[in-house]
Amino acid sequence: MAPLSQATEQERIREILTMVKDPEIPVLSIQDMGILQSVQVTAGNAVQVSIIPTYSGCPAMDVIREEIKTVLLLHGYGDVCVKTILSPAWSSDLITAHGRRKLQEFGIAPPAGKSSDQTGEGPDVACPYCQSTDTRLVSQFGSTACKALYKCNNCLEPFDYFKCV
Amino acid sequence: MNRPETDPHFEYLLRLGDSSLILGQRLAEWCGKAPILEEELALMNIGLDLIGQARLLLSHAGQVEGRGRDEDRLAFFRDVQEWRNLLLVEQENGDFAKTMARQFLFDTFQGLQYRELAASADSTLAEIAVKSLKEAEYHQRHSRNWMLRMGDGTEESHTRLQKALDELWGYVPELFEMDEVDQAMIAAGIGIDTNALRAEWDSRVREVLSEATLTVPDVGWAVSGSRKGQHTEHLGYLLAEMQFLPRAYPDARW
Repeated sequence: MAPLSQATEQERIREILTMVKDPEIPVLSIQDMGILQSVQVTAGNAVQVSIIPTYSGCPAMDVIREEIKTVLLLHGYGDVCVKTILSPAWSSDLITAHGRRKLQEFGIAPPAGKSSDQTGEGPDVACPYCQSTDTRLVSQFGSTACKALYKCNNCLEPFDYFKCV
Repeated sequence: MNRPETDPHFEYLLRLGDSSLILGQRLAEWCGKAPILEEELALMNIGLDLIGQARLLLSHAGQVEGRGRDEDRLAFFRDVQEWRNLLLVEQENGDFAKTMARQFLFDTFQGLQYRELAASADSTLAEIAVKSLKEAEYHQRHSRNWMLRMGDGTEESHTRLQKALDELWGYVPELFEMDEVDQAMIAAGIGIDTNALRAEWDSRVREVLSEATLTVPDVGWAVSGSRKGQHTEHLGYLLAEMQFLPRAYPDARW
């Protein structure tokens, strides 16, 4: 294999890393989630991947860290270091447009609005099934740290809402 | 002094991390027993956030100490007298009202604390604070709502919540106490003046209690001592359960 330029190499790694999904939301890659911050390749072909953890106690982070190493190892990168970046802190604003669409298709309402303009009460959340905004908050906390429980008053389906933080 | 002089920076981080960890462990005790499913999820989520914060803080504490102790070593291999968590958070869960009262008093405090720590000269601590503040604010919304619902709810819920507040109020002054470790950390730009947060905490708490038709307790006692490792009898039992496995099988791997 002809040596790739560093930029191309980084692109290739980023492409490989689209295979790493959030274990609890398997349709979203770490890019979609805004978890992947940067990829650096040094001359000796050592790779440093920086990730931004979502919630402090999210157990998915450990899995993601392992998964990054495994996937890259399978593609010939043996020397991989995964670094965790705390600042800037992760925010749901980092979820890409592609990621938001995927969430919606998966039956999870994407975060409504920007994290900075969260006023005390819940925002208008559209039901991912019938798109009605006639929905109500059942619980601020859902099956994982990143989700809240909602119910649609129109089609009566309960659904997960990806919290806007 | 029966223990060697410790680094105030390490000591300070330990206090922050220990309070998060012990409260997280307390909340985990509700697993499988919460009054309704939604609350089961809520309490576990909040507990997990707190344990996550504790992991970051204790891991940083271990690095500052420089004696090779990581967050697990600090969590599982210290005895009662070496713990620095606030007495408030080690109090037993009691009923749901007591758990929520404890949570509300602490969440309000922790939110203010993280807000101030975001400007710490210890950049790792500042980063942890910024990240955790988002979580703390979310927790506050939850415990505040329950204060209103139960306080201004039925006669039964009101009575239980008032009783819980009365039982916990004597642990509040400790939140705002300061000793030479706090002073040293303020001087270094790392720590914050918690005493200065008292007025804001009071007004926030009083506002919610008043809206919830609850009375601000007027109790004639206050205890403290966690900064010196003096705890109530409840912590030992909690640690016995939390630390059993790693102590019985120190080489066990997850």
